[in-house]
Amino acid sequence: MAKLMDVKDAVSLIKDGDTVLAGGFYGNGTPVLIVDELLRQGQKDLIMINNDGNTVEKGVGRLIAAGQVKKFICSWCGRLPIAPKLAEECKMELELCPQGSFAERIRAAGYGLGGILTPTGLNTIVEEKWAQRVELNGKQWLYQTPLKGNVAILEADRADEAGNLVFHLTQRAFSTVMAFAADLVIVEVNKSIESVGSISPEEIHVPGILVDVLVQGGITYEQ
Amino acid sequence: MNSKELIARRVAKEFKNGDVVNLGAGLPGMVVNYIPNDITIYLHAENGIVGFGSDDPSLPRDIFRTEAAENRVSIIPGGAIVDSCTGFGIVRGGHLTATVLGTMQVDQEGSIANWMVPGGKFAGMGGAMDLVVGAKRVIVATEHCSKDGKSKILKKCTFPLTGYKVVKTIVTELAYIDVTEEGLILKEVAPGVTVKEVIQKTDADLIVSPDVCEMKL
Repeated sequence: MAKLMDVKDAVSLIKDGDTVLAGGFYGNGTPVLIVDELLRQGQKDLIMINNDGNTVEKGVGRLIAAGQVKKFICSWCGRLPIAPKLAEECKMELELCPQGSFAERIRAAGYGLGGILTPTGLNTIVEEKWAQRVELNGKQWLYQTPLKGNVAILEADRADEAGNLVFHLTQRAFSTVMAFAADLVIVEVNKSIESVGSISPEEIHVPGILVDVLVQGGITYEQ
Repeated sequence: MNSKELIARRVAKEFKNGDVVNLGAGLPGMVVNYIPNDITIYLHAENGIVGFGSDDPSLPRDIFRTEAAENRVSIIPGGAIVDSCTGFGIVRGGHLTATVLGTMQVDQEGSIANWMVPGGKFAGMGGAMDLVVGAKRVIVATEHCSKDGKSKILKKCTFPLTGYKVVKTIVTELAYIDVTEEGLILKEVAPGVTVKEVIQKTDADLIVSPDVCEMKL
């Protein structure tokens, strides 16, 4: 059974120096109340793992702009020029990872695998800086390590009190594998949290056994 | 017809019914405007849509009904939404018929450099490196020369690579070029363009196909 918590108490479980997997693509799907509360509580030296960080106004970019992030691992940060700037000034470490490898590294962590072997990034900056070339049976691969978090912060559309999650359209993205890959999984749920058994088992995208904490959210999806 | 429209029209002729295609931002995205009505292709977006179409204004505006550049779209009948691992499994697993990408540089070995200019904006590769190694066919759709008039088709890329020896076809407003083991084969020239002109404007070595013909649009 997932625990229903106030956002303040839920976020207080996140500590300085934690590695945090954050769902979302362009900040859509990054939990809004949880990020608000992280800004308020001011946890420091976080390692943030999120696809793109979005901007300094929405998504993980807000935490980077506030100086709470020691290292940022993403596939792209084109809307967040402050990230490469901070990296250049040695105020934050920035690791780039091709988006498909990024997703698989998180999956590897959550599924008990020792990393990934992929052709993506061979002969590129990825091989130079962040991965290791290996030859197996005459084929070249890049080995990349799993990406595991102490905490995952996710957003879902629906949930029941057992923690079962349903996402809305592309809200799913990285969140299904992130729910596997962290010790503590905190989910902000936008629709009213439902009683156990209200969601048909075949509709569930993430089984509740993976979810530790539910926070009642309430954003609407109008663009 | 301007250069970009010509390129998009020529690339659009490469697809057949049921193809699964990822179009990069900018010029490649224009290709969809010229796909004939009797052909359905499944447009793949990195955020998890497999089969999107143009926006349907009758649907509520929704932050989660957008493609990978955050433009509003619809999901076509027969389309699906998947998580990121599945979405890139489609790419890397050989289930994507083609990707169409713009570029800063492409070379005669088929290597492509389209994510970063040395000393320029450092934004990350997003899904581009996965697309170029995973798609069954990598089509570069680009203007032949950069804004300062230099050939984008080089003997060897000088910018940081997106992928090494991955490009199969290059379509520009001047030419249609296939990348082969032997080198670049010039197969078509755009209407009103001569083979000599293409060779003059190309830094890379070109092998002129004996069957070289005018591009049909």
